[in-house]
Amino acid sequence: MDAVVDNLDAYRQGFVTTLELSVLASALALVLGTVLAAMRVSPVPTLRAAGAAYVELVRNTPLTLVFFFVVFVLPQVDIVLPFFVFAVLALTIYHAAFFCEAVRSGVNAVGVGQAEAARSIGLTFGQSLRLVVLPQALRTVIPPLINVVIALIKNSSIAAAFAVAELTAIGTRLANANGDAVIPILVGVAVCYLVLTLPSGWLAGRLERRVAVVR
Amino acid sequence: MSEAVLYDAVGPRGRRRILVGSVTGVLLVAVVLGVAVARVAARGGFDPELWRVLTQGAVQRLILRGLVATLRAALVAMVLSMLVGAVLAVGRLSRHAWVARPAGAWVELFRGLPLLLLILFLFLGLPAVGVTVSVFWALVSGLTLYNSAVIAEIFRAGILSLPRGQTEAAYAIGLRRGQTLRLILVPQAVRRMLPALISQLVTLLKDTSLGFVIGYAELLRNGRTAVEFLGGRYSIPIYTAIAVVYIAVNASLSLLARWLDRRTQRQFGGTVQPSAADEAA
Repeated sequence: MDAVVDNLDAYRQGFVTTLELSVLASALALVLGTVLAAMRVSPVPTLRAAGAAYVELVRNTPLTLVFFFVVFVLPQVDIVLPFFVFAVLALTIYHAAFFCEAVRSGVNAVGVGQAEAARSIGLTFGQSLRLVVLPQALRTVIPPLINVVIALIKNSSIAAAFAVAELTAIGTRLANANGDAVIPILVGVAVCYLVLTLPSGWLAGRLERRVAVVR
Repeated sequence: MSEAVLYDAVGPRGRRRILVGSVTGVLLVAVVLGVAVARVAARGGFDPELWRVLTQGAVQRLILRGLVATLRAALVAMVLSMLVGAVLAVGRLSRHAWVARPAGAWVELFRGLPLLLLILFLFLGLPAVGVTVSVFWALVSGLTLYNSAVIAEIFRAGILSLPRGQTEAAYAIGLRRGQTLRLILVPQAVRRMLPALISQLVTLLKDTSLGFVIGYAELLRNGRTAVEFLGGRYSIPIYTAIAVVYIAVNASLSLLARWLDRRTQRQFGGTVQPSAADEAA
């Protein structure tokens, strides 16, 4: 227990780094994911194909391999960035595909009649998406989006293997330094993650039930 | 909602605009790619000699051994996760609070933790209390702890998705609770949850790559070994080859899931769909 109390400062730093990684990557991935989702429902076949190809490719690749490409291959073409930026990049590339699928499933959950009505009063594709479908889709889509953010928080731990000093990396470092207190130290790390993931999970669940009643 | 409802069939002017836009877009992407390719080529990235490394027997054997190790860990973890997941799901559905509550807490706990942390827990924590554990079992048990929790939720969602009338009818003809579950609910639920289950198994297969962190010689680790041995400039061909292997294996599993989903929906109605969040983790 002492080992945890003595290193509270290291924990705090790790926690903040994990939070920064997650917030930055979530924001970027949400933007990229929404663009991809719009591409996937657009009337332009080229955009639809490009969006679908991106999602299929990324979905079937392990996140660790995405990290490999970013961290080891980019320097081969003279792109050298701090490891933190590499990690944000890898997390963004990977999770954009899942944000895209969550948004798209929200668009698909809006009743057909809504889109038909929008079309029949003469709205264009952009207008019916912007004014009719997306505002309704957003409500149903918030719980799944929160769940993807939770997954992203958990996945940010993989950055530990690529020289980013976030929670898991701090935990491993402390565990290696205090061989007699490995379990308390790792439990401390676990608690830090649960502080982030469990409340978000409950929030998503509650929102989901509220939306379910409205529908 | 089918996406085609959002717009009318495109007319001649629209088709022309799409054509022009597509060509411009493709050209733009081609220019960006061209710059990237030129940069790689300037450093000899497309040297045929560089890619010929993939034809070397030693490299091929290394990748193949890695694939076998990946599949071995994935298969053992898949079987264990489904067994533990089934037990947890039944536990969580139990009428007795003293069974349902702990099972629920267990599932929420392990779903809320990063998989990598669980693996490190077993890899660093167990030796600290005097239990020796091989990298293989540290990886497999970590994967099992995490995925059994997720799979338990898939099983539960499958059973809860069945119409209430099924349970009521079973009770009405005098079946006990256990019999209802075994004879009526599970056989129907299994079909409904197959798509979500398979997509979770794809995720599990991808997650075996975390074995890289603790030094289990799977596909990715072996690729890294090859690159470290041959030199950094070989990272492009080697990692590309590994990505192709992963995508080929996972995409064929995903295709199987989609085919099963279509077949199931045609015969038995709605299925439990995989959630983007579970797939991401």
